[in-house]
Amino acid sequence: MISAVALDAVPRIRRGVKCTYDQIRSAHVVLFPEGVLVLNETAASVVSLCDGVRSVGDIALVLGDEYDGVEPADIASLVARLVERRVVDVDG
Amino acid sequence: MAEAPFGLLAELTHRCPLQCGYCSNPVELVRRDAELSTEDWRRVFDQARSLGALQIHLSGGEPLLRPDLPELVTHANSLGCYVNLVTSGVGLSRERLRDLAARGVDHVQLSLQDATREGNDRIAGIKAFDRKVQAAAFVRDEDLPLTVNTVLHRQNLDNVAGIIAMAEEMGAERLELANTQYYGWALRNRAVLLPTRDQLAAADPVVAAAQERLRGRMEIVYVIADYHEAHPKPCMYGWGARQLTVAPNGDVLPCPAATVISTLKIENVREKSLHDIWHDSPSFNAFRGFEWMRYPCRSCPRKEIDFGGCRCQAFQLTGDAAATDPVCSLSPARSTVDLILETEMAPPEVPAMAMRKMP
Ligand code: SF4
Ligand code: SF4
Repeated sequence: MISAVALDAVPRIRRGVKCTYDQIRSAHVVLFPEGVLVLNETAASVVSLCDGVRSVGDIALVLGDEYDGVEPADIASLVARLVERRVVDVDG
Repeated sequence: MAEAPFGLLAELTHRCPLQCGYCSNPVELVRRDAELSTEDWRRVFDQARSLGALQIHLSGGEPLLRPDLPELVTHANSLGCYVNLVTSGVGLSRERLRDLAARGVDHVQLSLQDATREGNDRIAGIKAFDRKVQAAAFVRDEDLPLTVNTVLHRQNLDNVAGIIAMAEEMGAERLELANTQYYGWALRNRAVLLPTRDQLAAADPVVAAAQERLRGRMEIVYVIADYHEAHPKPCMYGWGARQLTVAPNGDVLPCPAATVISTLKIENVREKSLHDIWHDSPSFNAFRGFEWMRYPCRSCPRKEIDFGGCRCQAFQLTGDAAATDPVCSLSPARSTVDLILETEMAPPEVPAMAMRKMP
């Protein structure tokens, strides 16, 4: 079950989670105790903006400038998946 | 070609100050003089990284017994890997941990044998409880994330609430409660370790309630007691799919227990590269994918979930590593497991635990 994340929630990378770039897979990856997530380009941008300051809505705005067709609801569900995988925490 | 692995389990040594009777190390422990050198391990880490591994679990035995542990942490970290230290906590002073953290340990996994000092130390075979509590405090002080691991069995399953409370007190972010898997030492001690149905039935709701209560604070991972289930536990993410294990002597194993499959030809890093072993060895290819499966697994929809269960268990209980895991209710050999349960869950005379030790 993936619980919804509100647009004004503020996500941050959890303690002990490492974000890095893997030359072997040519992809951004998130490393954490339970495993590894290989990120696509959008997910990598979202993760890099989970700084504990910006809200989900802010992130959607920033990405809207970069990519076409960014829907805040999509960003919210991506963040919800990252919360589910224990990569990201949300305040608020 | 197989996909790249994500993790390397580096069993740096089989030596350990503890003597847990369910140790996942093989009964034939590798002796110190057969262990890989520092140079060997550095090469193994290099090869694992170029193969695609991003996590290095430094484990054992007790990895703190390797004097070159700091150097190996530095090396694993310099490759960009996530470094996980898997320890009993015995020998982890504040200074050592601080040094290891500065060198790049990202996460600590600490074993806990039971909820109380008395129970813990009886199962561990030495006085370890106070040192574990202290080690957990040091981990917290270094602001490192902590996972507590407890292996569950007849001797401690009734204390599961206390174990959960202890892990909370230790400041763990995760708690792994894993019912004993019967290979190696645990197989030898099965009649001492197998929990009863009543014990499991009592523990299940306690664990479920704690998972609910602690959501968002401490994640509790519960690994089922598979002998008591109708379906096997899934084998990793499939054989040779995500992780590889290197034993202290350089043997490269598709899974940490794989030495029990005596028909499997195991390769060694002293002779071959990890790349060749991962991609081309008969041992890693033996049970990859679904082609090797027989009936009933072959035509079963659950094969995508459990991969036909455990190869090691299939071999140990049927003599055929490609058989359906006999804990599966669809296995023609399920009666073997039922018989074991019947005779060993509550044996009229409980044997003494064979404590783990070097030959
Ligand atoms: S028959 Fe095989 S695949 Fe199906 S549930 Fe049993 S072990 Fe799993
Ligand atoms: S073969 Fe068995 S012991 Fe090995 S990883 Fe799979 S389930 Fe675990």
